[in-house]
Amino acid sequence: MKFVNEYRDPSLVRLLAEKIKKTAKKNWTIMEVCGGQTHSIVRSGLNKLLPDNIQLIHGPGCPVCVTPIDLIDMAIAIALTPNTILCSFGDMLRVPGSSFDLIKAKALGADVRIILSPIDAVHIAKKNPNKEVVLFAVGFETTAPTNGMTIKMANDLKVVNFSLLSSHVLVPPAIKYIMSDPESKVDGFLAAGHVCTVTGYKQYHELAKATDTPIIITGFEPVDIMQGISLCVDMLEKQETGVKNQYSRVVKESGNRQAQELISDVFTVVDRHWRGIGSIPSSGLDLSSKYKTFDATYRFTIKTDAPSLDSGCLSGMIMQGKCKPSDCPHFGKKCTPQTPLGAPMVSTEGACSAYYLYCDKGSS
Amino acid sequence: MKTFSEDGILMADVDFSGVTKKVCLSFTPEVDIGTYVVVHVGFAISILDEQNAKETLNLFKEELL
Repeated sequence: MKFVNEYRDPSLVRLLAEKIKKTAKKNWTIMEVCGGQTHSIVRSGLNKLLPDNIQLIHGPGCPVCVTPIDLIDMAIAIALTPNTILCSFGDMLRVPGSSFDLIKAKALGADVRIILSPIDAVHIAKKNPNKEVVLFAVGFETTAPTNGMTIKMANDLKVVNFSLLSSHVLVPPAIKYIMSDPESKVDGFLAAGHVCTVTGYKQYHELAKATDTPIIITGFEPVDIMQGISLCVDMLEKQETGVKNQYSRVVKESGNRQAQELISDVFTVVDRHWRGIGSIPSSGLDLSSKYKTFDATYRFTIKTDAPSLDSGCLSGMIMQGKCKPSDCPHFGKKCTPQTPLGAPMVSTEGACSAYYLYCDKGSS
Repeated sequence: MKTFSEDGILMADVDFSGVTKKVCLSFTPEVDIGTYVVVHVGFAISILDEQNAKETLNLFKEELL
C-alpha cells in the first residue's frame, strides 16, 4: 500500500536502530502512549533492535483496557434488557465484566451487534424503530468525533430510539497523571499520532513543560516508531524538553478543526475512572447537557452490583509502565486470549495481547 | 471512487488497496478524488500530505545512507 510499505522498510529500521545506538549514551526509559504503537513495536520486534540502555514501556493508550468495569457491567445489563440492541466494536465483547462478558450476554440471547463504524449503529436504530439501540462508545480523542457524529445524526434525523453509553478518555491528563507519580520511570514519551490528528498538539507544549519531558508525536509504522525513538533519545541526551512532530505527513499542529468543533458541541469534559489506574481529573468526555436525552445512563435506569475487581489482573501496573505483561504470574497461564483475566489480553491495543501474540513467554 | 450524500452526511467510496468501503467525509470535506486519507472507524480523519511523506523518506535516506 502506498505511503505504508515505505514506512515498513526493514533496511531503514535497521539504520535507525544503528543511529539510536550511537546517540544513546545514558539509560533512558521511553513510554509509547498508544496501544497501537505497542502492537507495532512487539509485532516487528523493534524492542529487540534497541540497545540495552533504551527501555520501552507501554502506556495507558488502550481505550478498551481502561474502560471501568462498572460500565462493562452496565453495557451487559443494557444488552440483556428486552427490546434492546447493543452495538459495539468487536474487541469490547471479550472484556471481562464482574460476572461475564458481552459474548456470554449474546449467548444468553442478548442482541449484541459488532459494528465497524459508529454510523452503522444509527442505521441499525433507523431500521429498528421499535427497539432501543445503544452504542457502547469507547475510545480516545481519535474516536470521540466519530461517536459524536452519531449523536448529531440521531438528533438531526430524529432517531429517538438511539443512545450512547460513553466511556471516552483523553490522553494529556493521563500523561500528567503518570508523571505525577514519584515512582514513574518515564524519561520521554512517544505520543499517539492519530489522537493528535484530531486534537493537534498545541496543548502538548505546555504538557512537555509541566512534565519536564520530550514528547514526540509519533506514527504507527516501524520506521515511524524508530524515528520517534531516535528523536526522543536525541532530545534526552541534549537535556531538551519540548514537542517534536515525527508524524508530520498526517498530523498538523492545529489538528482537525471540524472534528474539534464536533467534540466541543456534543461532549463535555468530566472526571473519569480508568480501570486498574483510578480516577483522573478532567480525563473523560460525557455527552453535553444539550444532548443528555441521548445518554444511555440517563435513558436506562439500571442498577448494577458493586463491581468485583479481584481477578488477579495487573493491568493498572502494566498501563502505568510499572511492569510488563511477562512480569504477571498469570500471563499465558491462567490468563490467555481465550480465558482473559483482564482487558489488555483481549484488546487489539492491549499490551498483554501483543506479548501473547508476538513474544515468547518471559521475553521482554 | 466517488462522493455522495447519505442521511445528509458527505460520504465517499474509498479504495483500500482493492477493497472499496463507504467512508464519512464530514471531517475532511475539502478532500479531492485521488487523495490519500487516514481512515479511522469509517471516518476520514486526516488528509495525507504526499509531499511531506516523500520528503521525510528522502531525508531519512540522505541522513542514514
